[in-house]
Amino acid sequence: MNFDFDYALQILPTLLRATVITFQATVGGMVLAMIVGLALELLRRSGVKPVVYATKGFVSFVRGTPLLIQLYFLYYVLPLYGLSLETMETGILGLGLHYGAYLSEVYRAGIDGVPKGQWEAATALNASRTHTWLRIILPQAVPPMLPVFGNYLIAMFKDTPLLATITLLELLGTAQAEAAISYRYLEPYTLVGLIFLVLSWPSASLVRLIENRIRAENRNGR
Amino acid sequence: MNLTVFLPALLKGALVTLEATLLSAAVALVVSVVVGLVRLSRFRLLRGAALVYVEIFRGTSALVQLFYFFFVLPIFGIDLSPMAAGVIALGLNFGSYGSEVVRAAVLNVPRGQHEAAVALNYPPGLAMRRIIFPQALAAMLPPFGNLLIDLLKATSLLSLITIGDLTFAGKSLVQSQGHVTAIYTLVLVFYFVMALMLGRLMQAAERRVPGATAGGGR
Repeated sequence: MNFDFDYALQILPTLLRATVITFQATVGGMVLAMIVGLALELLRRSGVKPVVYATKGFVSFVRGTPLLIQLYFLYYVLPLYGLSLETMETGILGLGLHYGAYLSEVYRAGIDGVPKGQWEAATALNASRTHTWLRIILPQAVPPMLPVFGNYLIAMFKDTPLLATITLLELLGTAQAEAAISYRYLEPYTLVGLIFLVLSWPSASLVRLIENRIRAENRNGR
Repeated sequence: MNLTVFLPALLKGALVTLEATLLSAAVALVVSVVVGLVRLSRFRLLRGAALVYVEIFRGTSALVQLFYFFFVLPIFGIDLSPMAAGVIALGLNFGSYGSEVVRAAVLNVPRGQHEAAVALNYPPGLAMRRIIFPQALAAMLPPFGNLLIDLLKATSLLSLITIGDLTFAGKSLVQSQGHVTAIYTLVLVFYFVMALMLGRLMQAAERRVPGATAGGGR
């Protein structure tokens, strides 16, 4: 069986439209993960013991279990408790919670990296708790995290095909649907692979470039 | 809810998950070491080929690769059993990440060690085997530990190519018995316990390798 270019060209527009769905899931998932990650890290620093333990337990449980089952859980179990979400919303929630657990560790490293003197200065200047976090600590903690966020964004992008299993017609789901009609697997799956490669390879290279630049700047002394 | 039905079925699935994890890990380990060293080869063509492999497998989705091996290869007359297709796909996927670990660890062995090997007239192969690699091993173990746990979780994808792993067992139970919440909770707990056990195992391995940083895993 040869690669049928005519057929490939014919399904390409459909797949490119599905790429938009993939993008929406990725961006939505990342925004949620950044919020969830920060919230988890703040809870972990709350100093209230039961909250701290519960947060740590939640993070390690989410990190220790597969995203696929987490998606099934959200998709099949939430409606039983009266929470009926759209497929896209379930997907974004799943990605956001899963990656939020990972990002909370990134926030931790970033916040730990802010020199202690900054906290002391904030206290000395009588800055409020909110002011300390929003204007002093986070603005210094976040920039060094950005390349790590970038890597997780790309990883999440590559995890979006899992959403096909909860019936979201993103790239892979659409390719499956096309293959089911035409009984041709080679062209749809090859195109999906190529679209992923074309999008994630340059992004990964860009992140690496930024990482190296930051490292070089740090080395040259500040 | 009937635990006497659920638990044996899930345990059977968990054994398949464990088998798939170990087999894919073996493939990934071999690929990591070979490709990681080839990336440092003197021959540009070999280096280039290894880089292309790494970028392709890191740049696309694991699930897409799995489907490719399962649905597309048979078209070209390569008919693999589902388990073989799954193990090879996951092994190659994780091998691409692992090869970067090997490469970085070898590059991080102090320069003086390479120079000392040359000064002592070690041929390059022997120097790598006896001097460089053993020292790099310590730095490889913690990231390998993380990859192994990621691999365990990634084997859940095999349920989508008809392999009767833990995820598959959970799905079939839900279909025949209902009790969605209980069963998926149990499946999650099973994975979590297996991840914890693998984590402990890797920490024990790290302690046995001289120079490995304690607690560097997770």
